[in-house]
Amino acid sequence: MTLSRFATKNAFRNRRRSLITAISIAFSLLLLTLLMSVYRSFYIDQGPPESALRLVTRHKVSLVFSLPSYYREKIRTIPGVVHISPWNWFGGIYKDEKPDNTFAQFGVDPNEIFEVMKDSRVPPDQLEAFKRDRAGAAVNLALAKKHGWNIGDKVIVKGTIYPINLELNIRAIYDTDNAFDTMLYNTEYLEQAIPRVKGQAGTFYTLVDSPEHTVSVSKSIDEMFANSPQPTKTETEKAFGLSFVAQLGNVKLFILSICGAVVFAILLVSANTMAMSIRERTREVAVLKTLGFRRGTILSIYIGEAVTISLFGGLLGATGATLLMIAASHAPNGTFFRGFQVNVPTYLVSLTVAALVGFLSAVFPSYRASQRNIVDGLRHIG
Amino acid sequence: MAIPITYNIRNLRLRLGSTMMTALGIALTVAVAVFIMALLAGLKKAFVSSGDPLNVLVLRKGSQAELQSGVLRDAYGTIRYLPGIAKDKSGEPLASGEVVVVIVIPRKDNTGETNVTVRGMSPTGFELRPNINLVDGRWFSAGQREIVVSKSINKRFRNASIGDELFFGKGKWKVVGVFDAGETAASSEIWADVNQMASDFERTSAFSSVLVHATDPVAAQSLKNRMNDDQRLRLDAYMEPDYYGEQTKSGKPIQFVGTIVAFVMAIGSCFAAMNTMYAAVAYRSREIATLRIVGFSRPSIITSFVIESVLLALLGAALGLLLMLPFNGLTTGTANSLTFSETVFNVRITFAVLMTAVAFAVTMGLFGGIAPAWHASRGEILSALRD
Repeated sequence: MTLSRFATKNAFRNRRRSLITAISIAFSLLLLTLLMSVYRSFYIDQGPPESALRLVTRHKVSLVFSLPSYYREKIRTIPGVVHISPWNWFGGIYKDEKPDNTFAQFGVDPNEIFEVMKDSRVPPDQLEAFKRDRAGAAVNLALAKKHGWNIGDKVIVKGTIYPINLELNIRAIYDTDNAFDTMLYNTEYLEQAIPRVKGQAGTFYTLVDSPEHTVSVSKSIDEMFANSPQPTKTETEKAFGLSFVAQLGNVKLFILSICGAVVFAILLVSANTMAMSIRERTREVAVLKTLGFRRGTILSIYIGEAVTISLFGGLLGATGATLLMIAASHAPNGTFFRGFQVNVPTYLVSLTVAALVGFLSAVFPSYRASQRNIVDGLRHIG
Repeated sequence: MAIPITYNIRNLRLRLGSTMMTALGIALTVAVAVFIMALLAGLKKAFVSSGDPLNVLVLRKGSQAELQSGVLRDAYGTIRYLPGIAKDKSGEPLASGEVVVVIVIPRKDNTGETNVTVRGMSPTGFELRPNINLVDGRWFSAGQREIVVSKSINKRFRNASIGDELFFGKGKWKVVGVFDAGETAASSEIWADVNQMASDFERTSAFSSVLVHATDPVAAQSLKNRMNDDQRLRLDAYMEPDYYGEQTKSGKPIQFVGTIVAFVMAIGSCFAAMNTMYAAVAYRSREIATLRIVGFSRPSIITSFVIESVLLALLGAALGLLLMLPFNGLTTGTANSLTFSETVFNVRITFAVLMTAVAFAVTMGLFGGIAPAWHASRGEILSALRD
């Protein structure tokens, strides 16, 4: 029998205890994996390559203020800018305010928006139809599926910021990897309904030619309007999205402190189990020593046992989290979860954490056991 | 007959290391749950205590928040003279037209920038909010580009101390005072002169909202109904407490994430408690057999072990609450989806939070304790004694 086999056998000697410990660790690691995935998607992921090419320009003071429409043509003259479309928040309500019925509506230029969003796939004939109908709308596939919309359907969105309702015909359904449900409409629709918004744009959505140019282009845009009555702030699409997360509060700290608490909690659970099982085996340790096993060997047997249990729990938890996220993103309202999928590095980090927890939890009790005097050990009554 | 509870307490003390480790695990779970509940309690308090039941807030029909709304100055002229509005000392109606915008300012702690509400106020606006006091500096003067900031904004944001300048609208605004709005929604706001704001933001033809003060609750209700029903005005009127009460839903994201986190952690802790209790049972199998022989019934043994598990969990709850007490009163903020700006609130460990945490821990103890207790009561007496 090899030493590793001995450790694995020992690990499942008290089957119930090992299983309970593993399950306890599994749940904690499931949570940890989910939290790490959220953290990764917010703060580490760069998104699809096209996303890194897109900039959002808003009024410097806040999103509430609009910019003059003519900024669009001025921005277009900046070297590196390929395409640009207005991107105007409508903020309407479809049916009611239930989260299920909530999606974003943006006023855009149909002629150029799908050049900016070039990673979205839209059938050419539908795009043509969207361009031709001033009351046309383009929606992402997930949103269309959710509400059972087909090409040609009429959808009414009630205005909250603007005192009108949008009465739109679905002309295009596009597929995208973006997680947010979005309805695009021709911004001219609003301009004709409310004359005072003519010549104004909420934000501009710009595509630049290469990732190296995002910084210089955004700087050039902001410098161009720095001394005008409507100064701008230009960010990458990712940074723009993150500014909304930042408003929720100190999300980073929140996630990290919960992760800390979870890891510490499993460390306690695992250490407790190891302490219990090693205490029970004091006599056994003494026997092993009498047989000639060295302290280092005994130490590694127990550490191996702990690592086996926690890795087993870790595998369960991390795999559970992965499956859960896949299931969530396939649920009817699950598009939101698409960004939070567990990827290979996150999975591996989870397993590493599990292994480390097993290691740390066993070091102290097994060190104590290995140092114990043989005669005392043999005399010990469990 | 029941086994005395001291038996359980002594047993927990005997196995102190194991007890403490399990309790600490439960404590961490309770701490996370308490923190999330305290956040929600604080947020709720900030909204519930905002709003005077005699105040009626008027917005444009269809808009849900002041930021989206626009009440024409003509309509304001009509609203002012509706019956049921209280009068001030000089006989003018207590009605305040206000301009609300949102600006982005950076936080002091480098955690990014966030939206903050700036409210253009008239002198009547102050009379409508009698509980708000100046704590430092002075109020803004009419016609000047001056602002006063709330205490929490002063504390949390850059460029928000007296003498600092903020850039928005058509230029710089000087901070001249700091006000204390207690734990109300106004404690997340910056105030300035309404006319100066209106001209800066080119909103001279309309206010964002109108706040009126009724003479009594009946008048408030009838004012609200009257404005809602008047087809020419095209307005939505809300009782002020209802308007703010509705915003409590900004806590939804915290609640959603928090519930999942607390639930999953609780399952983990349940199993941990179960483990400890199984070990306790295994360790004392001879003792249990003796108890059985002495005459204690199976139910009383089950009860005893479940009680021990619950005691363990309660110890965890106490530790968890102790861990979280320093956070009580901490000021923090979150995005308010309706006002599109940050709402500042205090973390509040209320009595309800306390009781929920204890109930949460007891539930964990119960779930963790039942299986081992059942196991304890089923042991073979003779073989256990022979061990």
